[in-house]
Amino acid sequence: MSFRQDPISGHQGDVQSRQKGHSWFYSDIVKDHFFHPRNFLVGEPDMSRFNAIGKVGSPACGDELRVWMRVDPETERIKDFRWKTFGCGSAIASTSMLSEVVTEGQGLTLEEARKITPQSIMERLGGLPERKFHCSVLCDKALRDAINDYYRRTGQFDKMMVEASRMIDHVSKVTDADIEEAVLDGATTLEAVQARTKVGIGNPCVLPAVEELIRFYKEKYF
Amino acid sequence: MSVYLDYAAATPLDPCVEKVMRPFFQKQFGNPSSFHTPGKEAKEAIQSAREKIADILQVRPDEILFTSGGTESDNLAVLGVARANFTHGKHVIVSAIEHHAVLEAALFLEKKEGFSVTYLKPDRDGIVTAKQVRESLRPETTLVSVMYANNEIGTIQPIAEIGNAIQKYRAQQKTVFPVFHTDACQAAGYLDINVEKLHVDLLTLNGNKIYGPKGTGLLYIKRGIKIQPLQFGGAQERGLRPGTENVGGIVGLAEALKITQTEKEKEAARLAKLRDFFISELLSKLPKVRLNGHSTKRLPNNVNVSCMDVEGEALLLYLDAAGIYASTGSACASASLDPSHVILALGLPYEVSHGSLRFSLGRSTTKKDIQTVLKILPPLVEKLRAISPVKVDEKYFS
Repeated sequence: MSFRQDPISGHQGDVQSRQKGHSWFYSDIVKDHFFHPRNFLVGEPDMSRFNAIGKVGSPACGDELRVWMRVDPETERIKDFRWKTFGCGSAIASTSMLSEVVTEGQGLTLEEARKITPQSIMERLGGLPERKFHCSVLCDKALRDAINDYYRRTGQFDKMMVEASRMIDHVSKVTDADIEEAVLDGATTLEAVQARTKVGIGNPCVLPAVEELIRFYKEKYF
Repeated sequence: MSVYLDYAAATPLDPCVEKVMRPFFQKQFGNPSSFHTPGKEAKEAIQSAREKIADILQVRPDEILFTSGGTESDNLAVLGVARANFTHGKHVIVSAIEHHAVLEAALFLEKKEGFSVTYLKPDRDGIVTAKQVRESLRPETTLVSVMYANNEIGTIQPIAEIGNAIQKYRAQQKTVFPVFHTDACQAAGYLDINVEKLHVDLLTLNGNKIYGPKGTGLLYIKRGIKIQPLQFGGAQERGLRPGTENVGGIVGLAEALKITQTEKEKEAARLAKLRDFFISELLSKLPKVRLNGHSTKRLPNNVNVSCMDVEGEALLLYLDAAGIYASTGSACASASLDPSHVILALGLPYEVSHGSLRFSLGRSTTKKDIQTVLKILPPLVEKLRAISPVKVDEKYFS
């Protein structure tokens, strides 16, 4: 298992909006993907169609993305990539663009897909307002989470790359990794997770996010 | 076709206001401080505007101080009073849902100038009570600032009750502190702003929310209140707000206030009906929607709802593309990227604050406008819900 030292910097090669005059507004490509999103998952996921899932963010940080992927086991190319996103215009547009990028042609191999940077998505979108940068940073993280999930499911543990865990509740100092572990240990309800981690006790604002995570990890492992 | 429902952000200039302002840009352009006839004319125009406003607020003309808008008036009230009276004490009380012009000024006092600040948490409807204020008062409290009506959720605070409680406290303690300030920018178009009835010592108003010119505002400062200026360099406005006066703007502000205050009852009644129709239709037509703020103690022009499972900015952009102009306190739409501090202060989760949407009605709003929104909004929400992975349980927002 290898560790990513510097997960995503975003400091180098920052792609800025080409529309300097109205830095707030989106490019035509962004608008097209935002108003006509491609490849999003309709309804509930049919897990017989997919063999990897990924997730990043929560409504607390303003964006939440989930992705479902079908990887051809022979070639390890991405054959299908579906997503759902809660977020602002650029979060939706960048996820939609990512879904096109990874399935173009034969579909990217997992190793190729892992190299996708926020900058490359942004370039394809014709730039984003500067302060919207974090939104497309998220979609490549969801993709890498799904790639890890594929390697986990296929027993290729040496190819997994651990990403830094994220704080869910600043009061109880519980991270998403803590909740993942609790669910893996069989705590599949909010009460059971709280009994283990104390998450959200004293900070009820985070409870919806915690329930979301429990739902996700249940879907992932059970 | 378009529907503008963002009157709480900006109103168009009333043509009657524009008419009274016009002479002051080309013909009567003199500097009010100049010692000649054009200067004297400009000075007189300001004086008559001051008297007109004093008459509406039922105060003395020299208690009106003209500023560049609501933000400056709020800043001056909070920083000016706290700094001028720091020898008495360094404690300030504000509500947690104040406009940032008050909140950030209080935060500055706390972080940089050694003050302690109490942030009063409202109840789930957004109301701060007189009892809460009373219980937070300390001997060293110099200022209390609670807004008259909230700009995001439209909740109207019991200002007269709070003012009354503060007056009683001052009489009991035989002190002139604390001073009581209210930001009445959103209230001025619809509510009574007689300062004596409200028992306030300072009151903020601006032109931009009442069909007056942008960049105009005032601070009512009761005689005898010690206040320190924020800018220096001239004798204008008794030295408390130096700088050449915005003569046309001041004239326009006075006229706008006169018109809105004359029409306020009629307009409030008309809009309250439209507001209630809008709210009840929206809540019945669209599932998983919550009204933010009090249902009746509410500005007649404010509708603030959270559409669960979708993010406010995305919805705003879809509405914009459909020609409906609304607003949101949600993360990405404001420059701050923070979720609405107002909705979070109500004790509601991030999911609610990120999905909040504000429609603010105004003079040109018709029932047909509301019906247009009711037709266009639900399918857009459903479209965004279809691509959203979030499904918030009802128990978190009902």
